[in-house]
Amino acid sequence: MGLSTKSLKGQHHELADSLYQLTVLQQPTSHGDQFPAFAARLKEHDLYPLTPTGTTILQINVGKMCNQTCKHCHVDAGPDRKEIMTRDTMQLCLDALQHSPQITTVDLTGGAPEMNPDFRWFVEELSKLGRQVIVRCNLTIILANKKYHDLPEFFQKHKVHVVSSLPYFMASRTDAQRGDGVFEKSIKALQMLNAVSYGKKGSGLLLDLVYNPSGAFLPSGQKAMEAEFKRRLKSGYGIEFNNLFCITNLPISRFLDYLVQSGNYEGYMQKLVESFNPVAASGVMCRNTISVGWDGYLYDCDFNQMLDLKVANTAQQHIRDFEVQALDSRHIILNQHCYGCTAGAGSSCGGETVK
Amino acid sequence: MEKTYYNPADLSKFGSITEWQPELGRKFFDYYGEVFKDGALTEREKSLIALAVAHAVQCPYCIDAYSTDCLQKGADEAQMMEALHVAAAIKGGAALVHGVQMMNKVKEVSM
Ligand code: SF4
Ligand code: SF4
Repeated sequence: MGLSTKSLKGQHHELADSLYQLTVLQQPTSHGDQFPAFAARLKEHDLYPLTPTGTTILQINVGKMCNQTCKHCHVDAGPDRKEIMTRDTMQLCLDALQHSPQITTVDLTGGAPEMNPDFRWFVEELSKLGRQVIVRCNLTIILANKKYHDLPEFFQKHKVHVVSSLPYFMASRTDAQRGDGVFEKSIKALQMLNAVSYGKKGSGLLLDLVYNPSGAFLPSGQKAMEAEFKRRLKSGYGIEFNNLFCITNLPISRFLDYLVQSGNYEGYMQKLVESFNPVAASGVMCRNTISVGWDGYLYDCDFNQMLDLKVANTAQQHIRDFEVQALDSRHIILNQHCYGCTAGAGSSCGGETVK
Repeated sequence: MEKTYYNPADLSKFGSITEWQPELGRKFFDYYGEVFKDGALTEREKSLIALAVAHAVQCPYCIDAYSTDCLQKGADEAQMMEALHVAAAIKGGAALVHGVQMMNKVKEVSM
């Protein structure tokens, strides 16, 4: 099946509507039963209401525009998405960080964050604040246009921690998920990053890869998978990297569309529910992260952001009013998609959560 | 009674066999869990062996389970198909090697 280059929103697809996605997630199974409510599972393990353990990471989504339209994208990003964070909103993020020293890491995501016209300015300002900056780089952006070819040097200059998706060490599964030719370009981009010492021992320049399954199955065994990726990428292409993060696809947005279209939705949800792990539940990333949307609104995580589930209104809901202490006493908003974070060894933007 | 002998939904009920014989059932599942842990062989290698054996014993439950498990463990399509060829070669070989027995017998009873 070829990949559409249009987002669900661009296609006026019903799943572009977050309320409709939530309706699908609440539907009974074909046998008429209901999947147990996620909140109820947390209650069984004394984890409800779920509260933060202390926010140390600010994840900022600087826009939904992307040069790719991956089939599994939970952001529904693509070239046709115009939602982009303005410099004014970025300034509000910088102000918030100024008075929140407990936030040590800023994680920039998108879309392709580099497509935001103020991206470089923002990274420069963030590194002046002395915070660790993560950029979730889709790799192909580096080759998408001449103006992006020097991104590896730019990242190097600001000691950015680069985290990049590569769903598999072979073209077949990578291209099936991310588009024809993506694997080849990703390999080229990884070699460019290696050329400026990213992923090399002792360089201090971190290059981590993200693996997420190209289909309706869960990831497993991050350590073993990392070893296999390292072996294959080194022998096949001379590529080195630091860590592999295994991330479970959450049943929202385009991945939800894929699940429904391919008849895999129920089986996948069943698998997530059966694999619920209370240890993973106690370590979910929303307990130490706040997610900021392109328009400055605050969410418990990037997934809740895409479902338009803002932080509970007992706390401030916009970056202009950011108060980390107040946010740390909020109750995290949960729904059935949360089962994606608690299956097996758990899943977060940093991979498995159960060590 | 089901209209077919195999129902995919039964796979997830495998654990219920302990209901009628808890002790042996539990021992089996503990053993099963231990077998598939990383050891001298990796979990992926074990999953590929399981996939091959599943085809040799033609168990649709195991084929279903280990096709997905191999994907989860990062095996690629070529590795999975090669594992099946190993099973096929051994099954085919096991049939054909008895050809020697056939030949012996034929020679024994022939003039
Ligand atoms: S998954 Fe990443 S690279 Fe792919 S469309 Fe979404 S934002 Fe872009
Ligand atoms: S989906 Fe978001 S809110 Fe739900 S458990 Fe995962 S990180 Fe937390």
